[in-house]
Amino acid sequence: MEIFVQQLINGLTLGSIYGLIAIGYTMVFGIIGMVNFAHGDVFMLSAFIALIFFLILTTWLGISSVALALFIVLIIAMVLTSLWGWAIERVAYRPLRGSFRLAPLISAIGVSIFLSNFVQVAQGARNKPTPPMIRDVIVLFQGESGYNVAISYKQIIIMIVTAVLLSIFWYIVQKTSLGRAQRACEQDRKMAALLGINVDRTISLTFVIGAALAAVAGTMYLLYYGVVSFADGFVPGVKAFTAAVLGGIGSLPGAVLGGLIIGLIETFWSAYFSIEYKDVAAFSILAIVLIFMPSGILGRPEVEKV
Amino acid sequence: MNAPSITASAQTEAVTKTFDLSAALKDAFRSALITFGLSIPILSFRTEQSGADLFLSSRWGLALIVTAIVFGLRLLIHAFTASRAYRKAIPSPRQATELVHAQPSAFQHVSRFAIPFFLGVAIAFPVLIYLIQGGLNESRYWIDLGILILTYVMLGWGLNIVVGLAGLLDLGYVAFYAVGAYSYALLSTTFGLSFWICLPLAGILAAFWGMILGFPVLRLRGDYLAIVTLAFGEIIRLVLINWVDVTNGAAGISSIPRATFFGIPFTASEDGFAATFGLEFNGMHRMIFLYYLILALALLTNFVTMRLRKLPVGRAWEALREDEIACRSLGINTTNTKLTAFAIGAMFGGFAGSFFAVRQGFVSPESFNFLESAIILAIVVMGGMGSQIGVAIAAIVLVGGPEVLRNLTFLKAVFGEGFDPNEYRLLLFGLGMVAMMVWRPRGLISEREPSVILKERKAISGSLVKEGHG
Repeated sequence: MEIFVQQLINGLTLGSIYGLIAIGYTMVFGIIGMVNFAHGDVFMLSAFIALIFFLILTTWLGISSVALALFIVLIIAMVLTSLWGWAIERVAYRPLRGSFRLAPLISAIGVSIFLSNFVQVAQGARNKPTPPMIRDVIVLFQGESGYNVAISYKQIIIMIVTAVLLSIFWYIVQKTSLGRAQRACEQDRKMAALLGINVDRTISLTFVIGAALAAVAGTMYLLYYGVVSFADGFVPGVKAFTAAVLGGIGSLPGAVLGGLIIGLIETFWSAYFSIEYKDVAAFSILAIVLIFMPSGILGRPEVEKV
Repeated sequence: MNAPSITASAQTEAVTKTFDLSAALKDAFRSALITFGLSIPILSFRTEQSGADLFLSSRWGLALIVTAIVFGLRLLIHAFTASRAYRKAIPSPRQATELVHAQPSAFQHVSRFAIPFFLGVAIAFPVLIYLIQGGLNESRYWIDLGILILTYVMLGWGLNIVVGLAGLLDLGYVAFYAVGAYSYALLSTTFGLSFWICLPLAGILAAFWGMILGFPVLRLRGDYLAIVTLAFGEIIRLVLINWVDVTNGAAGISSIPRATFFGIPFTASEDGFAATFGLEFNGMHRMIFLYYLILALALLTNFVTMRLRKLPVGRAWEALREDEIACRSLGINTTNTKLTAFAIGAMFGGFAGSFFAVRQGFVSPESFNFLESAIILAIVVMGGMGSQIGVAIAAIVLVGGPEVLRNLTFLKAVFGEGFDPNEYRLLLFGLGMVAMMVWRPRGLISEREPSVILKERKAISGSLVKEGHG
């Protein structure tokens, strides 16, 4: 029972990180119908940006308050990663509109390889550990066998930041004119353009929002694990994509739901079955979902038109 | 051929020959500014580790150099596109008929000589290297490089069946390469079977896995198919890592039996290759044998592919690539068509895998990661999907290119002693894939030889075929 509750907490934390990344996949797929293969590497890049600015703030500028440093790092990481997201879309995806169907995917694989190797060349191939930023935990209750069920402050921070940013983001998509333009482009790009929506700018903004949320995920990942390496983009990226597909690709609540489910499956699988095969489990879920229920939990089935 | 020229009427806006310098400068400056913004965190600071702590060092110079390079490139692109736009604005009489040439195109003229030329160079390569380097031991490096390139040529041709002909984007091709390598490694170390028995077995096993993995993905197309094959490739690699009892896990299988000359081992002993043929013993004999072995395997792949294209199954593949729904309504069994494409592509991957195992004498799961799949895919994409000679050229450029860069000593003088182009190989691969999709999405060789000919042979422009359409 204690292990179950503890894994539930861990799983929800991990799941909120996956959910944040999954939104980037699901929005891009919704609006231009491509799998942004490089999104996982954008997430990894943002973790590096966060790491570097955290070091600048704490060691060079001497900010001692971790909370303040984290807040500034989060904002800077979001801004700079958004710039990367915008630039990637502008250089690698926009010229390909109207090209054959797999061209954007191949281009995205190229971007993914470029990003991870760029970070490797620029920052070195080794793992980058940071000293633990926040150590304190709250013991929720004590089990009979002396097993404490605890929730750490960083888990609380991750869940709160995720919830707050998701609601801001939800407000933007549902209530503002930007969000309306975005949803219109999702439904019918040509019609939206006829009605005076700047489609290119809307698509750019979609990438910017996706990258900003990936930056939040990257900062939270760094806070949670305290270590990042250039190869860390691939597996979380695939898992987040699995989450997006599981929740129903194109659906925003679906992405968050899928992220939470994948996070829970991963932690419970590691706790009760085998930790070695946890990635196999994630990849298998991806294959099974794509083959047997490609429209996911909350997605709309795709209609094939001749 | 008398179709009215559409381009002449469409191009009404005036295009000046001189390009607008101030606008180009402004745009280049903007790109440079963005590049600088992008390089602020990652390039300007470097995280170094000392003991348990990380500390930062700054290197603004590098960021500024990269920014300056982007500025210059952007200006060049502007100058280039301006002159091209001017040329395009004057309609040429050939423009309307550009898509289908009645005459054999320049590509066909070249290819008539290029293919025998490449083949001749490939066959004579060890002799040429021997003559140039002046000795067997001196030519070791080049023969090794030749083997490596030919392995990728073969893998590229194998994947070309799946991606180029059948139009199914397979991101997990390396799984079949792994199946082939582990088949040979396990069969030879546990049962003591020889390479010549294991080679067909490895091919059959890989084809079998191709069918198993191909069966569930029959309904999927395009991006989803690519992602599922990627997942399968990763699952096979993770199983190889974790199933320690059989595969020895991440440590891999070592001391795999070496190749023999049809039963005669390449050793210095009495019944070895050198003694049997009255030669002086040299380890290079084995290397040259391996070179011809992979050349033969690669040519077999090419030959089978070229023949299959002319058979009903090959035509069905190409029809499937062009339009799956039309294909189905014409009564082609898409299930069988897809499965044969997967199985035959996988079979050649298996052959290449068992060759890899016999060459290395050691296999480990690390040789079969996603990046390997991506490199093979990059070779196929850059060669022009479906074009055999293009794939070979791309393999030579992508695999041989970095090696050539490494030997250029003046690069070391420019970039410092520690400069290793291999570090930047994958970086350039990634950029190359993007650049290829932006500028030449059909690959280096975008024209196709038609599979079926009515009276006369015409070249098909790449823009008329739909490779990888899903």
